[in-house]
Amino acid sequence: MHPIFKLVVQRVALSLFLLLAASVMIFIGTQILPGDVAQSVLGQSATPETLANLRKELGLYDPPVTRYFNWLFAALQGDLGTALTNGRDIGESLGKRLNNTLFLAFWAAIVAVPLAIFLGLVAVRYQNRWPDKLISGVTLTSISIPEFLIGYVVMYFVAVKLGWFSSVAMINDSMTFLMKLNAIALPVFVLTLVVLAHMMRMTRAAILNVMQSAYIETAELKGLSMFTIIRKHAFPNAIAPIVNVVMINLAYLVVGVVVVEVVFVYPGMGQYLVDHVAKRDVPVVQACGLIFAAVYIGLNLVADLVSILSNPRLRHPK
Amino acid sequence: MNNELKYLAGKAAKGLVSRREFLGRAGALGVTASVANSMFASATKAASHKKGGHLVQGVGGGESTNTLDPALTASSVPFLNLRLFGDTLLGTDANGQLDMRLAESFEASADAQTWRFKIRKGVEFHNGKTMTPDDVLKTMERHSNDEAKSGANGIMKGIDEMSVDGDNLVLKLTAPSADLPYLIADYHLIVQPNGGMDNPAEGVGTGAYILEADEPGVRHLWKANPNYWNADGGASYDSTEVLVINDATARTAALQSGQVHMINRVDPKVAGLIDRAPGVSIQNVAGRGHYVFIMHADTAPFDNNELRMALKLSINRADMVDKILRGYGSIGNDMPINKAYPLFDASIPQREYDAAKAAEHYKKSGHDGSPIILRVADGAFPGAVDAAALFQESARAAGIPLEIKREPNDGYWSEVWNKQPFCASYWGGRPVQDQMYSTAYLSSADWNDTRFKDPEFDALLNKAKGELDNDKRKALYSKMGMMVRDTGGLICPMFNDFVDAVSDKVQGYESNPNAELMDGFAAMRTHLA
Repeated sequence: MHPIFKLVVQRVALSLFLLLAASVMIFIGTQILPGDVAQSVLGQSATPETLANLRKELGLYDPPVTRYFNWLFAALQGDLGTALTNGRDIGESLGKRLNNTLFLAFWAAIVAVPLAIFLGLVAVRYQNRWPDKLISGVTLTSISIPEFLIGYVVMYFVAVKLGWFSSVAMINDSMTFLMKLNAIALPVFVLTLVVLAHMMRMTRAAILNVMQSAYIETAELKGLSMFTIIRKHAFPNAIAPIVNVVMINLAYLVVGVVVVEVVFVYPGMGQYLVDHVAKRDVPVVQACGLIFAAVYIGLNLVADLVSILSNPRLRHPK
Repeated sequence: MNNELKYLAGKAAKGLVSRREFLGRAGALGVTASVANSMFASATKAASHKKGGHLVQGVGGGESTNTLDPALTASSVPFLNLRLFGDTLLGTDANGQLDMRLAESFEASADAQTWRFKIRKGVEFHNGKTMTPDDVLKTMERHSNDEAKSGANGIMKGIDEMSVDGDNLVLKLTAPSADLPYLIADYHLIVQPNGGMDNPAEGVGTGAYILEADEPGVRHLWKANPNYWNADGGASYDSTEVLVINDATARTAALQSGQVHMINRVDPKVAGLIDRAPGVSIQNVAGRGHYVFIMHADTAPFDNNELRMALKLSINRADMVDKILRGYGSIGNDMPINKAYPLFDASIPQREYDAAKAAEHYKKSGHDGSPIILRVADGAFPGAVDAAALFQESARAAGIPLEIKREPNDGYWSEVWNKQPFCASYWGGRPVQDQMYSTAYLSSADWNDTRFKDPEFDALLNKAKGELDNDKRKALYSKMGMMVRDTGGLICPMFNDFVDAVSDKVQGYESNPNAELMDGFAAMRTHLA
């Protein structure tokens, strides 16, 4: 068996185990939280009788271990169950939200990743001169400001004052593709500002590191232009750390954007998860948690594989 | 007509003043009520014909966990949805008067213990079926039977027996209740096909709008019901949309950038600024909701009325209305009732901040001087943490040491409220005094969150329930209010206004003290300019 194939199988198996562990952790976490779904749903209008009726209907009197395994077996068969709070099919409502989240993450990544790498390359080319300082200054400033503040500022000037894009980034099935793109313009812009600096700085650092190697000096002596050296000789050797940081940021774009979702009223998974945590809707929290864990584990797996494949020494072990 | 009056009539035509406000101001100009009334009608008539278009309401207070099941409705967005797709038997109008909806008329027996509601005929559900008295009966049963998990369960408890008699729904109560019609007007009790026993969350009712798209926590889209039973009170738009916008800044921005026509819950801190912005106006109305600090009157050290009185005297109410509500509210009087309630006694003296008197009571209470712990979270009411800090300062001036303990928002209503002896809280109010007192001040009430237990008070409350003479009831309620004010565990510094903001593109907005966004009726009672 090819060692790479073996490695992939090993990693995937480990990932599945991690997912299982994550589901246990999430379940324990939701049990530690004070109150339960019946109390949260009925709120101030709860009476002891209505609470008891609702708990009985939702099966909350079963022991936690039984509830966990019931959920696990159903989930293994692809049935995520129904939400305790509103009785909706979790697979269906979650699917829609996941689609929205991926849609936003995808377009933010399409803009942010090439831009970050390009700016990183430019910064290396003009190292310590004004373009480098300007790029670093702007991106570091934007990462240092809390994203909700950038969101509000952008919303005020672009949506309210200029009226260019909508401040409510609500998308739904009846919208055309262009309408959707128009709706998410502002959140994509804010998310780009948020993730740009990390990736751009990493690209710059990784390439600068390689630039000090002897073969770069050789390339320079050959008379190659600066950009060709960076593109052909430095970049391929710096790809592993860059992919790593890109993957971390992609994962962030999927699982960590709840603040931007709230500010721009975007119907993604973050708000969906927060609402259900607040109401102690355990099956939904479990399902969301699993998806988020899967995204993290999956993207890290990809990052590992890319860094192995991009390095001949790891690709052909002795 | 003098100029002032012309100006007023012009404003009325644009929907900028309510009928009540118009009558009041016209009265001040020396116009008799009946003349003013017809003037208002003719001024607004010209503007009230227009129907059609699409109304978008940006509403805070909706979650992805929401359902269209009326029984489980507790927050703003689901409440608004119920108003759009359903009808109750009775309603309450902006002046607190009863309004016939799916009931044509009602009558009570002399002892106010048996009530008959005549159910309207020829009303159609959205699924094409005709509503029958049996559907009404099933609805009432679903909210009150032993398996009920309804938010209206508390108010249905007093019903002993219900039945259908011809076109009538007959309710027999366990004890007399003069206010029953107001309880039946509760928003949970919209009539559903077969009472919603089959599919409570399908969103089918008799209301002015029919469900088009239901995305909890995101948006709810509705189209006008062409077969609505009341031609005058139906949909005034072709379609309407409720967008869930929980972030206050995002809500304001959506209104200012023209994506929504009206929003609820404007932050009092920015309300003044928004009112000055072009194209939008602030609409605030005094409601029955109040921000409170509650003490358990049966738990040490709050079981001592001298200490309770000391704390009541050491809170600066006017300062709180000024700083926490920015003037969008009114001062409280340590009782849960204000002038928005029918039969309110305005002659009850207002309690003022008095540090010297508070210090006196504090000394008499013999409290050992250890800090009194006040639990608070921002989720208790907007600005609760700041209000607690103001309370701490004003109490310090009276020599009373308060220690503020911050609690997490998450789980506040299940772990702190109604459990800890002294905490911040919020009450939404009820349509009538009886319901408010029965809900939270009766000794045996589940939500007696101040542990106020006074047999004399309970007896008065029961007496008032069966008293059909309004003057006598008013006197009874006044006495009860004084008892809560002087011996209860409630510190009520303020009543908050409902603060909405409305775009100029919408006309006909009327103040309604029952709930925000015109008691949820904006899509039926406003129209596009």
